[in-house]
Amino acid sequence: MSHSTTTLSNLAPGEVGVVRELAGGWGFMSRLATLGFTPGAKLTMVQNFGHGPLIVSIRGTRIALGRGEAAKVVVTKE
Amino acid sequence: MDREGSLTAVEHCQTESEERPAPSLNILTGQTTITVALAGQPNVGKSTVFNLLTKLNQHVGNWPGKTIEQKMGTYRQNGLTIHIVDLPGTYSLTANSLEEVIARDYIIKERPDVVVAVVDAAILERSLYLVAELLPLPAPVIVGLNMMDVAEREGRHVELEVLQAALGVPVVPMVATKAQGVRELAETIDRLVHGDIPYQPRCPQIRDDHRAVLDEILALVGPHVPAPYPTDWVALKLLEGDEEITAMMRGVLSDAVWEQVHDILMAHDDALVAVASGRYDWIGRMIRAAVVRPQVGQIGLTERLDCWATHPVWGMGLLAGILALVFWLTYTIGAPLQDALDTYVVGALADWAGALLASGPEWASGLVVDGIIGGVGTVITFLPILVIFFAALGLLEDIGYMARAAYVMDRFMHLMGLHGKSFLPLFLGFGCNVPAIVGSRVIESRRARLLTIMVAPLVPCTGRMMVIAFLTPVFFGRAATLVSWGLIALNLVVLALSGIVINRIAFRGERAAFIMELPLYHIPNWRTIGLLVWQRSLDFLRKAGTVILVISVIVWALSALPAGDVETSYLAQFGRLLAPLGALMGMSWRMMVALLTSFVAKENSVATLGILYGTGEEEATLAAILGAALTPAAALAFLIVQMLFIPCVATVAAIWQETHSARWTLFNLAFLLVVSFGTGIVVYQGARLLGWGI
Repeated sequence: MSHSTTTLSNLAPGEVGVVRELAGGWGFMSRLATLGFTPGAKLTMVQNFGHGPLIVSIRGTRIALGRGEAAKVVVTKE
Repeated sequence: MDREGSLTAVEHCQTESEERPAPSLNILTGQTTITVALAGQPNVGKSTVFNLLTKLNQHVGNWPGKTIEQKMGTYRQNGLTIHIVDLPGTYSLTANSLEEVIARDYIIKERPDVVVAVVDAAILERSLYLVAELLPLPAPVIVGLNMMDVAEREGRHVELEVLQAALGVPVVPMVATKAQGVRELAETIDRLVHGDIPYQPRCPQIRDDHRAVLDEILALVGPHVPAPYPTDWVALKLLEGDEEITAMMRGVLSDAVWEQVHDILMAHDDALVAVASGRYDWIGRMIRAAVVRPQVGQIGLTERLDCWATHPVWGMGLLAGILALVFWLTYTIGAPLQDALDTYVVGALADWAGALLASGPEWASGLVVDGIIGGVGTVITFLPILVIFFAALGLLEDIGYMARAAYVMDRFMHLMGLHGKSFLPLFLGFGCNVPAIVGSRVIESRRARLLTIMVAPLVPCTGRMMVIAFLTPVFFGRAATLVSWGLIALNLVVLALSGIVINRIAFRGERAAFIMELPLYHIPNWRTIGLLVWQRSLDFLRKAGTVILVISVIVWALSALPAGDVETSYLAQFGRLLAPLGALMGMSWRMMVALLTSFVAKENSVATLGILYGTGEEEATLAAILGAALTPAAALAFLIVQMLFIPCVATVAAIWQETHSARWTLFNLAFLLVVSFGTGIVVYQGARLLGWGI
């Protein structure tokens, strides 16, 4: 299994990733960590058209993120 | 109220391995009233639980000094009076938002006797996070495990006894939409406060690699933590980087100690992730123990519906269709009702009051008929339209669609430095700008909320649409429909441009983060929607009876004093002063005065024109005179200014209340004056240069 590091905004729909790091300010990190984006958490990209906001499924819920926000979540592809 | 019982009875959290006899807490020491705080994340059905417990016995206000809604209610059981305080729905208790600060401050400072944490069994993992934050606080927690039916339908079975034992606190299964489990919840509250249930919470721990750091901080700050804050909790919040707690401890610690604490915190600025991870590890252990067949990404109905609802093209189409339907409903049902209310209730009331006061001084009937009934009465006639709007939006919110609407609109709102969530309040503005301003509370960041409030008055409300509907045929005959649509489109373009400009200048182009949960779709709960409509309508009426009343009377006084007629009033004098400005747009001073009176209520423009051109309320004559008095270019300029002009007093009052700032309110008025007159002048002068419509 290959483990390439990328950002959440680069995951294609259906791809599974594992959160590695949150690269943003305190407020941003805190809000995302609260919603379950903690290191080691598994997520699945649900919708990503390559532009505009996207939807990920994490810890049993679907979260919509702006593209800029998703670019600050470092993940490894499973 | 005697708080001693609850203070001593709630023990510190235990680690999960610790074994000791289960303590029980007897909170009641002769008291007959207890307070229960209701906590829960958004979309878990907390308000349904609140409504079921309190029935209609509730009161809606604001949290002291805040523009966040506070709901309180009461019920009685076994001779005990239970006050329920509905805490704001929050994902956590870190100072990310005002709601979170309010929720935790209430628990720490007011010490409710019990906290009921409503949790969604279908998304147990995420929704237990708030419980992980609640357990270390000094109030006993009962978990209300809601949406058991949804969880079962998705093949997730929660073993209650196991979960209860693992958490160490009472767990009550519920299906709030079917009123199941509410009686059991009330009984559990009753038994817990009587000490009939053991209470032994097992709290989450920080991730192992940060335990030593936490202990270090605890040792340093422990002796200095001010009451009533729990020491462990403060140390944890410091490590999490919580701004509010950091500022508080900075104030109480000596410089030497603060230096030490600060150095440790600086060396571990990623600790907030370790704290959150610790909570999720704890949740993971609960889930592995208590949930049979944890879900494997199977979402079913929601997934299928979202293929359409969140698609950039189909989702847009769906949204457009839904909005068109809401407008259609509003205008086919709401507008006739409004007319009827205007004629048979407000009109009749005005006639009756006029006749009653006919023998009195002229100013008295003017004050009552034109000032109070004319101002407040007109605002109230919008209620049918608003009720339809509130109901439609409440329904869309309750089934979970609104988050999808915000998601598909995010691309567009992005251009203005806003994100999708601002779309919802702005849409409400088509009904009336007042609820749009109040509705901006759904937006977390103050910056985005302010920006939304600043542009909301540019959404063409029903009041303005009515003026347009009357005046465009007068001026433009067969082209009226086209002109009307053009005016609405212009408003939306100006709204977008204003958003861009205000964002650049006032907020330096910053953009709030767009992070939003897309909840599972739910079958609507009519009770919840009904109560929402009822409360929002009451809120609107309350505003009409207070702030709007006062300002209406003031503006009426300006339009009637000193001699008792509009032509010579202070307002008219002011309008004459504005004549040179009007001349730039081809408008007479009468048109300027008409604009000024639209400040009381938008529809006043037409009535004022009637008075100033001496035709009274005869619409046909007024139409003829107006059509002849203005060139098409001037008429267009007038309609444009009317559409973009400063909002009515009701909206200004709402802006003032919601922003808590006279500065922002005045800025908004000045901005809209410049924008409306500026656009009017450009259009008129442009038409003149091109030789059109002169």
